[in-house]
Amino acid sequence: MNKRYISIWFRFLKTDWFAKQRNSPADSPFVLVTQDHGRKIICACNNVALQQGIDIGMVLADARAIYPSLFVEDDIPDLSSRLLNKLAEWSIRFSPCVSADLPDGLIIDASGCAHLWGTEQLYLNDIISGLNKLGYQTRAAMADTVGAAWAVTRFGTNGSVIDNGAQLSALLSLPPQALRLEKEQADLLHKLGLRRIAQFINIPRPALRRRFGKTLLQRIDQATGSEEEFIVSIIPIEAYQERLPCLEPISTATGIEIALEKLLDVLCSRLQKEQKGLREASFKGYRIDGKTVSISIGTHRASSNPKHLFKLFALNIDSIEPDLGIEVFLIEAKKIEDAPAYQEQIWTTSCGLENIQLAELIDRIAGRIGENRIYRFLPDEHYWPERSIKKALSINEKPSTQWRTDRPRPTILLSNPELIDVTAPIPDYPPMLFRYKGVLHKIKRADGPERIEQEWWLQQGQHRDYYYVEDEEGRRYWIFRLGHYDADKTYQWFIHGFFA
Amino acid sequence: MQGYKTIQSTHLFATGLGPIRDAFPNKHIPVSTIHEFICSNTESTSSTNGFVSALTASLMKNGGACIWISSSMKAFPSAMPLFGMEPHRVIFVHATKEKDILWAAEEALKSNGLAAVIAETKELSFTASRRLQLAVEKSQVTGFLIRQQPRILTPNVCSARWAISPVASELPADMPGVGFPRWKVALLKVRNGKTGEWIIEWDGTSFKTITPVFRESKFLHRKTG
Repeated sequence: MNKRYISIWFRFLKTDWFAKQRNSPADSPFVLVTQDHGRKIICACNNVALQQGIDIGMVLADARAIYPSLFVEDDIPDLSSRLLNKLAEWSIRFSPCVSADLPDGLIIDASGCAHLWGTEQLYLNDIISGLNKLGYQTRAAMADTVGAAWAVTRFGTNGSVIDNGAQLSALLSLPPQALRLEKEQADLLHKLGLRRIAQFINIPRPALRRRFGKTLLQRIDQATGSEEEFIVSIIPIEAYQERLPCLEPISTATGIEIALEKLLDVLCSRLQKEQKGLREASFKGYRIDGKTVSISIGTHRASSNPKHLFKLFALNIDSIEPDLGIEVFLIEAKKIEDAPAYQEQIWTTSCGLENIQLAELIDRIAGRIGENRIYRFLPDEHYWPERSIKKALSINEKPSTQWRTDRPRPTILLSNPELIDVTAPIPDYPPMLFRYKGVLHKIKRADGPERIEQEWWLQQGQHRDYYYVEDEEGRRYWIFRLGHYDADKTYQWFIHGFFA
Repeated sequence: MQGYKTIQSTHLFATGLGPIRDAFPNKHIPVSTIHEFICSNTESTSSTNGFVSALTASLMKNGGACIWISSSMKAFPSAMPLFGMEPHRVIFVHATKEKDILWAAEEALKSNGLAAVIAETKELSFTASRRLQLAVEKSQVTGFLIRQQPRILTPNVCSARWAISPVASELPADMPGVGFPRWKVALLKVRNGKTGEWIIEWDGTSFKTITPVFRESKFLHRKTG
């Protein structure tokens, strides 16, 4: 397919931003300065200042002499790269591939995008007016190559669309700087009287290389299209994404749901064809006020079932604030896994953990209650009760050891053992009675002790002597003494669980 | 009653619950319906956990999974194998709000990929119970609601209301130590059945009815469909 690029130039990027922040009047001269060897050098100035004769690189004192009531602000380091990144993110609505062109421009790969707006001219005008509305003075042009678009933006007419293959003729009348040359090279060309590209583009290439180096030839090739140039998108393009531009801004929940359904249908049919399923996806809406709203979902098992995915998104759909309306919807699958096609069954025999409906149920619950609130436990090879179980990492993880059934374990385990008052007759004998939460329990029957030692390689501390006791009313408890029985009474008694 | 059908042929195969089974219509403990367990304190909750684990284990015999929704997360998986249940096939959901527990229980009961759904909740309104019952009828999943110290017991559409409390265990010939877990199992309400109280023991593999005291309640909470 034929490549089309748009180059955008923000001539007064930094000053426009400052003017927006400070709400300062646009018709007063305004400059940004940086410290350099004890002097203040102007590093950016607005249009009015430029007309007054103030230029970049001037010392502030000189500028003040020209215009005493000059507005001055200190420059912020890497402001322009941050601003360009933000603007590039904003421009994703026009094309999925946008890159920042430091120090003051953007490059949009517009291949195959313009038809959504009707014609290329309408598309370009929409971009320019959108950026102007954000408060930036914008120039833009469209051409087959990055180099030609760049040149026409800065040295040609604003908003011009160079036709397919016409980049060479568009370049001819422009000065050599339009080829993105180093300053020395451009100066040299001027010095030699080569003031327009037309004057030197037909000079034999060996001669040009000898005098001006390889870069000039490379720049010419890039501008005319005989050498391909690649741009790196600010946001890596997701391989699986679908977008839906809307004729009118959407601001109702029903509208958003319809958009989501449409996008899911397209995405899922593509995933099904490739036998893949998604694990993570996000649904984004680009609002007309320049903000982006998004919701994300995750699944436990790769899924390409649009109904299920719609249900997951529907749980959070009310968190989307359409405000004045959403222009473009975008769905992207961030994590893809292979998923063999699901065989429909008339009789479902399995209702185990590998059941697809169970996985979908867990996704729904995770969507509402939270991913980290769903657990599955596996046995772990520890005697210490709190460590005897571990959380399973995935739904498919199988227990590596058997569950133990040789020792009694309570059906309810307190997360923290609670201190109790105990009367015990003889050392290492089960206690006679204990008091828990103000209720006295007389112990009638008891089993134990079961001594459980601390695992010194994990944690230091005293051992526990567990007793399985039953009181006079038949209630069964798991109590333990922490430490050895001794005369100094350094040990303590705790209740840790309730038996069935 | 809307959506109430006669009990299907499916039923619980828990052995040793003979007299309790007789209290139910058609002499079956019904599955694909909601059972409600009333717990007045932590001790009875622990007994109920054991009893429900044993019942669920019989439903999970064919390799099924179950889901356990609670706000306290106190149920200890290591005890479940003692009641025949495989804890690694239980999915625990920790929902803090009552509303979320009921929502999750309903969603779980709607999906027919599960053997049973166990939910620990406090209150259960008539509407909520009916929502659960309607979900169950489509999916044929069995629901166990463990109600922790409910404030008020209002009528609902659960097919049975149980109350399980621990009683003193016994060992032969007064041997020392604690015996098998023994409970007083009370059926406070049974749809189309009879209420009563029994002493039941779990001997590690099956139930055993110790005293088949079949007591017709004075205030018979009999419901007819």
